[in-house]
Amino acid sequence: MSDRRVVITGIGIVSPLAATREATWERLIAGKSGAGRIDTFDPEDMPCKIAFQVPWVTGRGGGEGDPEAFDSEKFVSKKEMRRIDEFILYALAAAEEAVEDANWRPEDEEEKERTGVLIGSGIGGLESIYETAITLHEHGPRKVSPFFIPSALINLASGQVSIKYGFKGPNHSVVTACATGAHAIGDSSRLIKYGDADVMIAGGAEAVIGRIGIAGFCAAKAMSTNFNDTPEKASRPYDKDRDGFVMGEGAAVLVLEEYEHAKARGAKIYAEVSGYGLTGDAYHITAPAEGAEGGYRAMKMALKNSGIDPTEIDYVNAHGTSTPKGDEGEAGAVERAFGDHASNMSMSSTKSAVGHLLGAAGAIESAFCALAIRDQVMPPTLNLDNPSFETKLDLIPHKAKKGRVRAAMSNSFGFGGTNASLVLREVK
Amino acid sequence: MSDVLERVKKIVVDNLDVEGDKVVESASFIDDLGADSLDLVELVMAFEEEFNIEIPDDVQESIRTVGDAVTHIKAHI
Repeated sequence: MSDRRVVITGIGIVSPLAATREATWERLIAGKSGAGRIDTFDPEDMPCKIAFQVPWVTGRGGGEGDPEAFDSEKFVSKKEMRRIDEFILYALAAAEEAVEDANWRPEDEEEKERTGVLIGSGIGGLESIYETAITLHEHGPRKVSPFFIPSALINLASGQVSIKYGFKGPNHSVVTACATGAHAIGDSSRLIKYGDADVMIAGGAEAVIGRIGIAGFCAAKAMSTNFNDTPEKASRPYDKDRDGFVMGEGAAVLVLEEYEHAKARGAKIYAEVSGYGLTGDAYHITAPAEGAEGGYRAMKMALKNSGIDPTEIDYVNAHGTSTPKGDEGEAGAVERAFGDHASNMSMSSTKSAVGHLLGAAGAIESAFCALAIRDQVMPPTLNLDNPSFETKLDLIPHKAKKGRVRAAMSNSFGFGGTNASLVLREVK
Repeated sequence: MSDVLERVKKIVVDNLDVEGDKVVESASFIDDLGADSLDLVELVMAFEEEFNIEIPDDVQESIRTVGDAVTHIKAHI
């Protein structure tokens, strides 16, 4: 491949912990959890009644009195709000923070044409589809909003961001379930390497904590149901009492930039996106392959094309969703991929603190890897009281860990048997 | 029927996010009030809801100004 290198120069996060990057990171490192009982609808008839909701200034999601809560009016007018599903709202907010952080506001036409957007979502406007289906059923087609389709389409996150800033480069989207965010970042890095763009606004967004989203994942027996009275204990990757994932929502957007381009304008650099691997399980629609075989190959591929020595990877942000099957398989695959070095590595699942952001998971977890490299500290796995298996890996139970982080790997695996691994490394 | 204008005005202000004093009878939704074709569809739906009338598609296309809307609504309520 070309010798163009890709670095991260901006990060934006809207998460269940807080509405901004730094507040999210600070709370993550402090061991806080964003879980609570669902308050956007009455979840009483749902087997799973809890989620990781974004805290809003309106009080929703536990945001009342929180100075770091999300304020939609900072990002869109009431008129614009009707044109977009919430996943697009979160994408716009995260993109604003990322673009601001990178200080990338090109006025020049050519620079705009060299800036692309690739933001994905696992499910997109599911709530809009649900609500419109009810309207259609009860009141007929004349009552269907003209904004229904453009509010629900997944690529409209990329579309809206490009319209807002005038970014006229590649405009693309990814839909690979829970691997979406990782694929968006990986594919964006390739677009820059190939020369199609110098800057890519890349990430994932998700907002499906509604009746249909929760009911659907409950029906697939994927969600935790044993911790409805203690929501903060529910997401517990690797722990013997784990019983399924807990849904999160939000968005994370990175500004990826060609290294020389970033250097030339004196941009701050978090880390380099140095490796990307992607594979398919060809096994089952929801279950991961035995031993996370597909995930293993994605990791090996990412390590190979990053060109670094695997012993430089100090931290792995695991997919680790807190499901009985997935967690052990992935840990075993990491041990196999890294061999003896596994005993020197740390691996945590930040889904214990922010939940499973589905299509945004790979993006927010890559952002956490970049911040771990910046601050040389690794976020914890909350609720890991009793690991269900023996491992050489330090799973960072309960408390964040200070330590050298030269390079980090982020894993994301999705329904359908789709896997992505990213390698991020510090830039010297 | 003078309150028809006021009720139309309120809907236009809410839907298009514009200042009330710009919403005069001669104002064109698209040229003066910043609406696009999708906004117009939604506006007509809001008028139908507010005045409990049905505005046929061919009539919708002839509603270009605030005054057009008021005239049509007055003739049908």
